[in-house]
Amino acid sequence: MIYREAGQFKSTYASDQAVFPIRQDRIVVGLAVAAAVIAVPLVADEYWLQAVLIPFLIYSLAALGLNLLTGYAGQVSLGTGGFMAVGAYSAFKITSAFPRLSVLVAFLLAGLVTALVGIVFGLPSLRIKGFYLAVATLAAQFFLLWLFNKVAWFTDYASSGTITAPPRTVASVMVTGPAATAPVRYLTALAFVAVFAMIAKNLVRGRVGRSWMAIRDRDIAAEIIGVRPLRTKLLAFAISSFFCGVAGAEYVFLYLGSAETLAFDINVSFLVLFMVIIGGLGSILGSFLGAAFIVMVPIFLTNVPHLLGLAMPVALQKQIELMVFGGLIILFLIVEPHGLARLWQIAKEKLRLWPFPY
Amino acid sequence: MLDILYGVLVGPLKDMAGSPAFLAEVVIGGLAAGLMYSLVALGFVLIYKASGVFNFAQGVMVLFAALTLVGLMERGAPLVLALLLTMAVMGALAFAIERVVLRPLVNQEQIILFMATIGLNFFLEGFGELVWGSNVKRLDVGIPDSSFMVWGVQVNRLELTAAITAAVLVAVMAVFFQRTRIGRALRAVADDHEAALSIGIPLNTIWIVVWSAAGLVAIVAGIMWGAKSGVQFSLSLIALKALPVLILGGFESVPGAIVGGLIIGVGEKLAEVYWGPLVGGAIENWFAYVLALAFLLVRPQGLFGERIIERV
Repeated sequence: MIYREAGQFKSTYASDQAVFPIRQDRIVVGLAVAAAVIAVPLVADEYWLQAVLIPFLIYSLAALGLNLLTGYAGQVSLGTGGFMAVGAYSAFKITSAFPRLSVLVAFLLAGLVTALVGIVFGLPSLRIKGFYLAVATLAAQFFLLWLFNKVAWFTDYASSGTITAPPRTVASVMVTGPAATAPVRYLTALAFVAVFAMIAKNLVRGRVGRSWMAIRDRDIAAEIIGVRPLRTKLLAFAISSFFCGVAGAEYVFLYLGSAETLAFDINVSFLVLFMVIIGGLGSILGSFLGAAFIVMVPIFLTNVPHLLGLAMPVALQKQIELMVFGGLIILFLIVEPHGLARLWQIAKEKLRLWPFPY
Repeated sequence: MLDILYGVLVGPLKDMAGSPAFLAEVVIGGLAAGLMYSLVALGFVLIYKASGVFNFAQGVMVLFAALTLVGLMERGAPLVLALLLTMAVMGALAFAIERVVLRPLVNQEQIILFMATIGLNFFLEGFGELVWGSNVKRLDVGIPDSSFMVWGVQVNRLELTAAITAAVLVAVMAVFFQRTRIGRALRAVADDHEAALSIGIPLNTIWIVVWSAAGLVAIVAGIMWGAKSGVQFSLSLIALKALPVLILGGFESVPGAIVGGLIIGVGEKLAEVYWGPLVGGAIENWFAYVLALAFLLVRPQGLFGERIIERV
């Protein structure tokens, strides 16, 4: 009834190729962005911003990056945590070496550094694939974290071995450091994720994305039609790592404030992989849905017993949380292996016909 | 520059040649650690061979088996009874996994099944803690953790027992796979699911058998690890170390798992002892992965893996 594209005619190629060809989609997305920019900082309190929304945005960016690599180019990676660590530590080094440089530029440079590292660790993908590659990327995870732990230069010889977000301003507003307010950090993360989501969306519908998908679906056939595997795979690793690197820099600078390598351990890699799979492999929207799901579930599980008036020891709660989390993942995979994005797609199809399905 | 080259290339080798007894001890220590990796990897291989599922939960299965055994013994069950009960529990677990997780996911892509086993991993970890508590437990199976001397080299009784057990286990499994009816059926399923189904091999039964077998291997691995370092949750992290072993040995090969485990174990101990000090130590954490990675570049299918002929 409401969601129907009848009567919307495309008279130019430009309008036919628009990112959101249906007017209702444009309105919904526009409203969502407007709400995120204007309404949320006004309404949400400190707890919501710090505990839910900021990690959600940062994880969304990381999930976007991994989704480009795993969902679109078909290269499974378990090294996301390591790449995020590269982003965080290089952002830290860059800001401490060039104090006058805008922190936003530092984030992007950190992304570039991570992209280079990603290319190096993507090299094995030219010879191996599938689970072998997944395990090989674990090498990146463990090696990089070890490196940051062992070489004191990366932490500026801090005795605690942690990196701390320095106080920096952008246009005389405090963006990072202890004095930065949650709404400002939220808006910064939001700006990054919005821009990068647009970039990702346009990448995957263009030549680059199509060559990734060709490699993913059948590498030999892709090679025959002229897609160069070497360049395509390494590009996927580079761009994916760029996203993850920026996300890692944000993770320390906008969310945690200070961190050591433990913040980027193997669990982060799995978490981001879960987001991608639960959200939907090969879907930009799915990355956001998956991140929202994974961020919300633990918060939900911690708060529900309180709401029901059950007092539980912390250890028991932790164990039940693990069980429910694992159970939910299995349940989800059984119910909809293609993820939340597919559910949304099905809902849209239904909505189109509603309320007259015949 | 020359100093560095000397330190990397010559120094460690000189140290090795300098005291062969110490070298032998390091190698034996590495072999013992490698054997433990092998035992975990063995469970992976079994399941991968028969169902194409990359079972990430194998490490937690080891932990779960050890926890169950210790928990039962703490409640006063004698060792043999506890062992039998643990076997029954692992069998029931295999049955439950097949019913609840695998059957609904038949024909899904491998990555989906892989993710499901990670979910299983979380679930079992929480479940194990919930039932048996989360403190470190001592597992005493009556083998002293002491050493005796053979030709001037210390040999640990526990490690020797583990080696013998592993050898027996592999021998039994080889016979089982080659000679028995179910073993043949397993190999048929591993070869081709559809062909196996079409000649009347019940796929679901086979999966239960295979996951039970992996559960048995997990019990053995759990006992060995538990007796050595206590039953605790870091045990499940050992599973990650089994992954480079798999790469080295090949996902489909039982001997590969054993040999790969030994190579990784020895390699990482040697690297830690002789090259570790050069870069500040603790390289044990990643050495196995980098070794496996370097190996993959030369031989992508692993030492004994099935050669898949294709150009990437």
